[in-house]
Amino acid sequence: MSAFAKSEANETFVLNLGPQHPATHGVLRVKLTMDGEYIVEAEPVLGYIHRMHEKMGENRTWAQFLPNTGRMDYLHALAYNHGYVSVVERAAGIEVPERAEYLRVITAELNRVSSHLLWFGAFILDLGGFSPLLYAFDDREHILDLLESVTGSRLTYCYFRFGGVYNDIDDNFVPGTRAFIKRLRDRMPMYHNLVTKNIILMKRLQEVGPISAEMCRKYGATGPVCRGSGINFDVRKHEPYSIYPEMDFDVPVYDQCESMARYMVRMDEIEQSLRIIEQGLDKLPEGPVMAEKVPKIIKPAKGDYYHAVETARGSFGVRVVSDGSNTPYRLKLRSPTFSNLSLFGEACQGMLLPDALALMGSLDLVIPEIDR
Amino acid sequence: MHVDPEIIRLLAFLVGVIAFAALNAAYLVWLERKEAAHIQRRIGPKEVGPFGLFQPLVDGIKLMTKQLIVPAGVDPVLFKIAPILVMVPAIMSFVTIPFSETLVARNLDLGLLVIFAFASVNVLGLLLGAWGSRNKYAVISAARVVSQNVAYEIPMLVTVVTLVMITGTMNLHNIVMQQQGGFWHWNILNLSASPLMPVAFLIFFVCMLAETNRAPFDMAEAESELVAGAFTEYSGMGFGVFFMGEYANIVIGASVATILFLGGWDCPLGLFPGVHWFLIKMYFLIFTVIWIRWTFPRTTFYGLLNLSWKILIPISFFNLILTSAMLKVF
Repeated sequence: MSAFAKSEANETFVLNLGPQHPATHGVLRVKLTMDGEYIVEAEPVLGYIHRMHEKMGENRTWAQFLPNTGRMDYLHALAYNHGYVSVVERAAGIEVPERAEYLRVITAELNRVSSHLLWFGAFILDLGGFSPLLYAFDDREHILDLLESVTGSRLTYCYFRFGGVYNDIDDNFVPGTRAFIKRLRDRMPMYHNLVTKNIILMKRLQEVGPISAEMCRKYGATGPVCRGSGINFDVRKHEPYSIYPEMDFDVPVYDQCESMARYMVRMDEIEQSLRIIEQGLDKLPEGPVMAEKVPKIIKPAKGDYYHAVETARGSFGVRVVSDGSNTPYRLKLRSPTFSNLSLFGEACQGMLLPDALALMGSLDLVIPEIDR
Repeated sequence: MHVDPEIIRLLAFLVGVIAFAALNAAYLVWLERKEAAHIQRRIGPKEVGPFGLFQPLVDGIKLMTKQLIVPAGVDPVLFKIAPILVMVPAIMSFVTIPFSETLVARNLDLGLLVIFAFASVNVLGLLLGAWGSRNKYAVISAARVVSQNVAYEIPMLVTVVTLVMITGTMNLHNIVMQQQGGFWHWNILNLSASPLMPVAFLIFFVCMLAETNRAPFDMAEAESELVAGAFTEYSGMGFGVFFMGEYANIVIGASVATILFLGGWDCPLGLFPGVHWFLIKMYFLIFTVIWIRWTFPRTTFYGLLNLSWKILIPISFFNLILTSAMLKVF
């Protein structure tokens, strides 16, 4: 803001945004130094729900850590499943049947759509519009029903296993998913007409909340945040894993660097995910969903392994160090939102409080994933 | 014993006005919840009574039986006086509003002025409550409320001055009487006085939204930014009285818009004028206010001030000059 001129130090005050504040969507605390309504300094304070997931992983067998993965990013749990089973499969040299890989991608993409829908509702809620949230939840409910029929749970999924998936799909899954894709495609124009083209929303997001490409590189921001700043980086395209190379999809990139660009990236990603799901359903091969020769007790060979996947929020990487025993020697998780939040302090300097909160909403924070 | 019938009439009206304000405040909450629910494809309150109609009573009992908490560190006098300062002026404004040709508590020659004078006190109540709370969110909210109200009172009053120039009176009863005889006589369509009359109504309506702190201009509460703004430290009936005041202000705003622009109790086709037409028009405006709240996201504070200073004020002044020129020429 050009109108912002820094006052004397004694004219500023400290405002604690959180740990319980409606805009932080969880127990995040941001220590703001304010000059009137302008933010002079912002310091995110973490640690309110730290649960030592990495240390927990080092204290249990490889398989016992599986349920933990769904409890970090609870909105895109299947991508976290995917990252962890992939790295262990890479370490232990387990081959996955093709049908299982297809089911992994289809369910993970459905989960991504549900995550983006929830973000869409919650973001407009941050901007003061209440109604889109309930419409988005209505659509999301269909995904949860579909995933419940396959995985048995509705939020903290633990569906993937080393060497495949836990359960094959039932007869209703394919027609149900196709019906859902049609339903959501019919609804997206409504969302765009009612929300995206709303003059107030456009005024609030366009040319507000700049995050430059350099800033993204500096802080390691990934996912829709960096794609909204013109960086074309998507793990699914650039470090392909699973069956993503066989899929035909685009990576939406906007280079306006503003909150609206990040909004548009996610809205376009919903359509791209629907394309991936559709192709997956078309090509879905017959066969087993679990590899046959998976040892009961997994003991990967000594070594250092890394695997990254693209979650709804960006690049999630798992690094495991194995000493050849039945527990990991070291488990390191690289979560996307931690990096995305880190740039908030620099990005929101000199911004007004409502604009900074719009910026924070456009980062799509999931606090349990930041505080693992 | 002889009692002056005028005193009885005034007492009856006083009770009636208070009851009307309180009933509206309670049932507008019900309407708001029900309407929001249907906009969002939910059902809304339905458990207490038919269609959830007794919900406001239950809510009222709940709010009244809650402990009145005065947090440590607040200014106790300001903290307690602020909700009353919002509620009382709103009820006072009802005194001059003519609901029909005969149904008016006090027909004052300066009725319009009285209403705007009382409407300005509302801001003071919010400011004192927020300041007395000693809460940073509340103080930010108070600063917003004051500058918002200063910005929006100007186009609102300029529009009203334009209207007073046309009607030549500030007596609300006379203003309505001039608009009798069908919708083509109403001030909103009084194009011979000024071709911008529909725009003037729109300006008045937008300013009314801003004055009553309704979405998309609800900067004072802005729950995703300021938690609850000026009301952050309030709970129980302190909060309840604030909200009754807010809803009473909406009723006042809709009533004044009905009287000034929509012909008060006049029937659109000139048949059967009466209090029912007044209520229909008033509740339609209130319905629209609620409709807007659940459709639009919130504007930002600077967007709000820009709208007032750069768009509404120039247009309303242009309308004022145009109207005076037309009055002079024709």
